[in-house]
Amino acid sequence: MSNNIALKKGLDIPVKGIAAQKVTKTVVPDVVALKPTDFKGLLPRLLVKEGDSVLGGSPVFCDKQNPDVLFTSPVSGTVKEVVRGEKRKLLAVLIQADAEQKKVDFGARDAASLSREEVKDLLLRSGLWAYLIQRPYGIMADPALSPKAIFVSAFSTAPLAPETEFTLGDRTADIQNGLIALGKLTDGGVHLSIDKGSEIKSPFAKMENVILHTFSGPHPAGNVGVQISHISPIRKGETVWTCPLLGVAAIGRLVATGKLDLTRKVAITGPAVDEPAYVVTVAGAPVRSLTAVYEGVRIIGGDILTGKILGSNGYLGFFDEQLTLLSEGPEREVLGWAKPFRFNLFSSSKCYFSWLTPKRKYNMDTNLHGGPRAFVETKCFEDVTPMGLFPIYLIKACLAGDIEKMEKFGIYEVLPEDFALCEYVDPSKNDIQDIIAKGIDLMIKEMA
Amino acid sequence: MAEEKKAGLFEKGGKLYWLHSTIDAFDTFLRVPGTVTAKGAHVRDSIDLKRVMIMVVIALVPAALFGMYNVGYQTALATGASWGFWKMFFYGLFKVLPLYVVAYLVGLAIEFASSQIRGEEVNEGYLVTGFLIPLIVPVDVPLWMLALAVAFSVIFCKEVFGGTGMNIWNPALVARAFLFFSYPSSMSGSSVWVHIPKGMSTVDAFTGATPLAIAGEGGKGALDAAGYSFMDLFWGLIPGSVGETSVIAILLGAIIIAWTGVASWKIMVSSIAGGLLVGWLGQLAGSGIPAWYHLVMGGFLFGTVFMATDPVTSAQTETGKWIFGFLVGALAVVVRLWNPGYAEGMMLAILLMNTFAPTIDHCVVSSSISRRQRKMKTA
Repeated sequence: MSNNIALKKGLDIPVKGIAAQKVTKTVVPDVVALKPTDFKGLLPRLLVKEGDSVLGGSPVFCDKQNPDVLFTSPVSGTVKEVVRGEKRKLLAVLIQADAEQKKVDFGARDAASLSREEVKDLLLRSGLWAYLIQRPYGIMADPALSPKAIFVSAFSTAPLAPETEFTLGDRTADIQNGLIALGKLTDGGVHLSIDKGSEIKSPFAKMENVILHTFSGPHPAGNVGVQISHISPIRKGETVWTCPLLGVAAIGRLVATGKLDLTRKVAITGPAVDEPAYVVTVAGAPVRSLTAVYEGVRIIGGDILTGKILGSNGYLGFFDEQLTLLSEGPEREVLGWAKPFRFNLFSSSKCYFSWLTPKRKYNMDTNLHGGPRAFVETKCFEDVTPMGLFPIYLIKACLAGDIEKMEKFGIYEVLPEDFALCEYVDPSKNDIQDIIAKGIDLMIKEMA
Repeated sequence: MAEEKKAGLFEKGGKLYWLHSTIDAFDTFLRVPGTVTAKGAHVRDSIDLKRVMIMVVIALVPAALFGMYNVGYQTALATGASWGFWKMFFYGLFKVLPLYVVAYLVGLAIEFASSQIRGEEVNEGYLVTGFLIPLIVPVDVPLWMLALAVAFSVIFCKEVFGGTGMNIWNPALVARAFLFFSYPSSMSGSSVWVHIPKGMSTVDAFTGATPLAIAGEGGKGALDAAGYSFMDLFWGLIPGSVGETSVIAILLGAIIIAWTGVASWKIMVSSIAGGLLVGWLGQLAGSGIPAWYHLVMGGFLFGTVFMATDPVTSAQTETGKWIFGFLVGALAVVVRLWNPGYAEGMMLAILLMNTFAPTIDHCVVSSSISRRQRKMKTA
């Protein structure tokens, strides 16, 4: 076990609405959605049509560039609707669930006895390959490659993020199986990072067949990208894969039982939720079945920094383990910027007085708190980016579309989510994650 | 109802759409924008540039108030008038207020016009620049000169580069440099620092020279002879540019902007270190001025605290800030000690280092990246 890696830079945003550690209900949805938009870099080719019946684990669409990569139905039922957007872009496939669930049997195995090809084949056919994310660029893993290593973060530090010990602490056997299976896919081993604070009692500290690391510090210490940059930074030409802990558990269960199981505990969080707690459901469940919806409240799949807007008629994403409900904030305060106190507002800077109440949690909304400007204050970016990078230089290189500089300043090591806190603290209100995402898209295009 | 009508008129397609930058500026000045996040992080920090800028303005208030009082005080001292505290303050206030009116009117007019041309919302950067300019000029500077300097600075040092955040040099200092080189007789010498009302004569002992000039001529001995002790210079009841004289008022401001993180304390500390080091070397070489005197004379501290720390024109990397600040302080004292032409070196030192700030950052970033890459190769 390596030494603890203590991070000082970062920020825990003190937003209200953390989920209490209890499951309030189990939702068996009547309709689920499988959304190609959940997967970066996917060009979907539809494999079913409306009216077809599918089993849990039957392919629904595949990747045009790589038809081996299948995306499968989380439930058994009938294809109810194929939702398309502009230019017939495939947005979602809705599946009406059967009362009695049947699943494709992929065959139960012993994880340790599987070969690399067998693991790969199993993951591709079952649809769980989609859990493997490849860096640089955060795209779907290329099955033709063998990555330098695979990284798994066993905790999240994002605002109001679900507590992995609560959501997955009872699935250690699945996770152990999953880690063994993932280990077959790389020669570099599987790196598992756990929270230093819970090191002793963490159910994930006893995992075998992994290289264990502990991290401590504020968000983004739990982000796998930050962990990679401290464990083994990505150099040009290298690829690594990451897998969320939930994905590891799903892979482990698939290996052990031969069945695809995408159930999960979902944290319903945020200042707009009356009683934040967990619900048990499956990927693709309708938002309305999970939480009460309110007028003027934004429903986000994921956390407040990196989540996607789902809308009250949306569906839980493939990766989502959290919903955040946040009031829209179009109120306009008179001379707000000049008011000396504004005690109800949080700021990471000391220009407001929230530093006097470090323990307080705030009722936040989606107000931008300002207008877009040119970059002026830039030290705040370095203060929240524990990656040994110069954030403002990479941001400007992305804005300029300068490939050489983007390489130099570390584009291979980052994803937009690594810049979410920069975006949060920026007094100039730039959409920094979008800038980085566009830079990454340019790299993908130019380097292809 | 009226509001809806206004919105329609100034929205895209409305008759007065071409005025929308101006309307937006007043609108967001009065009320926080109601914009909600559309992309990326769904919540954003409460801070914005308006708040950052107002912090600097608040930090400048002690120096400005003291400067006003000092203007009256110096006049009373020079003419031998026996005025009370409030008389001195209001006398100064009415001398300084026109400077503010001119600086803001000219600067904001250009700022609004160029935002209008660019089609952007008006930036709040000029709030600070406009507050700084009257504090770094002699009180007797003719208003038309000030207007010209402000116009030159805002157009050629800021707007042509793209507005707030894009400029290379500190606009307030460029305005001062413009005055300094175009109208030297109104910006230097010993007749410009203290306002002598027409028809009033000065007392016999009055010279009007700033302590900096006196020290430049004859070192500490001359300062002592003129009756300026270190504490006099520290409290700041001395002739000089309006806001630069009082160390205590500037330090109050320094605490505010350094604590809130609006300005870099690293630049302040390293600038003082640079000034002290060169001052000490000068002392060894026989300048006759103790090193610490440089900190309390002239515009050294004001420049260090409010000008060198401008986040746009100073170095942006943390290591770069140490280097930048140190060189600003060192160069300022070098100019003071080894340049026969100019008594004050702070303005030139900061403008020169503004020019080199990107170079400093480039070196810092490049060396950090190559260090990291070497580490990655061995890892």
